[in-house]
Amino acid sequence: MNAHRLLLAKPWIWSFAATASVWIITVLFTGGASSLGLSQAALTFAAFSVIVGIGQMFVITLGPGNIDLSVPATMTLSGTLALKLMDVQDSMILVGLVLSILLGAIIGLGNYALIKLLKIPPIIATLSMSFIVQSTAIWTNRGLRIKPPETLASFTTSSLFGIPNVALVALILSAVAWLLLEKTIYGRWISAIGQSTFAARMAGVPVDGTRLVTYMLCAVLASVGGYLLASFSGGAALNMGAEYLLMSIAVVVIGGTAVAGGNSNIPGIWGASLFMFLVVSMLNTYGFGAGFRLILTGLIIIAVILVAGGRRSTR
Amino acid sequence: MKISSGAVRLVIPAASLAVLLAAVFYMQPRAMSYTGLNLLFNLAVPIALATVAQMLIMAVNDLDLSMGTFVSFCACVTATFLQASPATGILIFLGAIAAYAAIGVIIYVRELPAIVVTLGMSFVWGGLAVLILPSPGGAAPGWARWLMTSKPPFVPMAIVASVVIALATHFLIMRSSFGVLIRGVGGNVRSVERAGWSIVKVRAAAYALAGLFAMLSGIALVGLTTSADANIALRYTLLSIAGVILGGGEFVGGKVSPIGAVIGALTLALAGSFLSFMRISPDWQIGAQGAILIVVLAMRLFLNRLEKREKSR
Repeated sequence: MNAHRLLLAKPWIWSFAATASVWIITVLFTGGASSLGLSQAALTFAAFSVIVGIGQMFVITLGPGNIDLSVPATMTLSGTLALKLMDVQDSMILVGLVLSILLGAIIGLGNYALIKLLKIPPIIATLSMSFIVQSTAIWTNRGLRIKPPETLASFTTSSLFGIPNVALVALILSAVAWLLLEKTIYGRWISAIGQSTFAARMAGVPVDGTRLVTYMLCAVLASVGGYLLASFSGGAALNMGAEYLLMSIAVVVIGGTAVAGGNSNIPGIWGASLFMFLVVSMLNTYGFGAGFRLILTGLIIIAVILVAGGRRSTR
Repeated sequence: MKISSGAVRLVIPAASLAVLLAAVFYMQPRAMSYTGLNLLFNLAVPIALATVAQMLIMAVNDLDLSMGTFVSFCACVTATFLQASPATGILIFLGAIAAYAAIGVIIYVRELPAIVVTLGMSFVWGGLAVLILPSPGGAAPGWARWLMTSKPPFVPMAIVASVVIALATHFLIMRSSFGVLIRGVGGNVRSVERAGWSIVKVRAAAYALAGLFAMLSGIALVGLTTSADANIALRYTLLSIAGVILGGGEFVGGKVSPIGAVIGALTLALAGSFLSFMRISPDWQIGAQGAILIVVLAMRLFLNRLEKREKSR
């Protein structure tokens, strides 16, 4: 009974259990030969999902209807612009990072300005914004593929004590996000807004300021994610953010953050990100075609949400 | 003069469509003809059908993120099975509609977030579409091709079809008791339940109906393009949501407008043509579409405020 309650109290355990089982199945199939390589690859690719997932989680925590669809476009534009500015020079690495953070902040500000001033639902506001951002990326990219600076490229692709550097970056960002969420007044505020915006406003929570900061935070994380991804993959591509639209939402929800808002969960994002990557690589190892792989990925997402979900919503 | 709130809801979408159309005519007077109108609105028919489907889902307070992949899947089935062996094709479609109904029930019974379940389903439909048509191809069934390219006198097919879709769904959603139930579930689940209706059945029906309209969208699309591929309609997910909102629908509360949704879809389709007439560089086409969306929504806010001010006087 106690264990049962623990499971309910910590919904992220589900995503880790699922991750572990998929990992074991895959490693068993390959006879244990790939366990190290698989784990490293999983950590690397999960790191990108984690970085954008954390931002999306903050936004989703704000309550029903809050979602940021501009994540993929932001990643693309940030990767494109940063690489263009750095122009393969090692000395410009920090400048590029600052640029991508600034860019994220501007896009987040734009997102919230649309939501607030035009009173349109976040899903439409961020969608319209993403169209504009994507166009800007197309315009600046011009089909050129600029390489990242040498040092940055080797940093993102190498590892420290066997743990990929990008995973370490994601880990640090998660730790900061966790502190922000659990230990600061800001974290309490976004949970309060997610549970009841009206009550939060009555209690004196600066609702608009908090929401603005949250949308900016999400865009900045997406931007930094794009910066790292472009450096990791040796150049920015116009569709590089595409898969992270669904991924960023999926990892948040599978990780156990309440979609109705007011309840968030950082460890779960790690579990879910690793899980999503491992599922795809498991299906690859078994030699499934693209069609079957997509179908199974979808069914697994639904199965996980069926098992882990079904908690009585607070609404 | 008393105007119903439903009619007011329609004023803004209709006005934006009219303004956009006037702008297109001004820039390209030759568009003001039978062929011109048909070309402008041709691709709007499948978008309108998908928008109506999305509207049904939004009427019960859910959101369908799998709309684009599902329409693609339906297009693939149309171009292969429905064309080669109609019986198998119809069976597949019945199965798909049943799946939609089942999703609607599961989401309610297990209290799952619709966004995530339909997100998962989007992978499933996408995978099925890839399995059916690994590379672009197939052929349109003769009757679908005939229907979409037929030339009724005076008014182009695209306009006729849009009007038919708008009126049919208007009567279904706004005038029938079934429509009231669907919107009631979106407005207040509990009161519908207390009145003795089965929420499960209503939701299953709403989802099945959405599946049906999405299927028609896929068929109409193949009728126009004569072939299909697994990614043919991916952008319909976002287009359909934007169409419903442009047409005056809301995300929650069962406030939807079928006529508005069709107008919203036409507006979105027209925006594309408008931009190419403006000779905007292809780089900025998507961005300008976003900007148009923002402008229309800003207009809606402005008119809503005006309306409120009138009322408070």
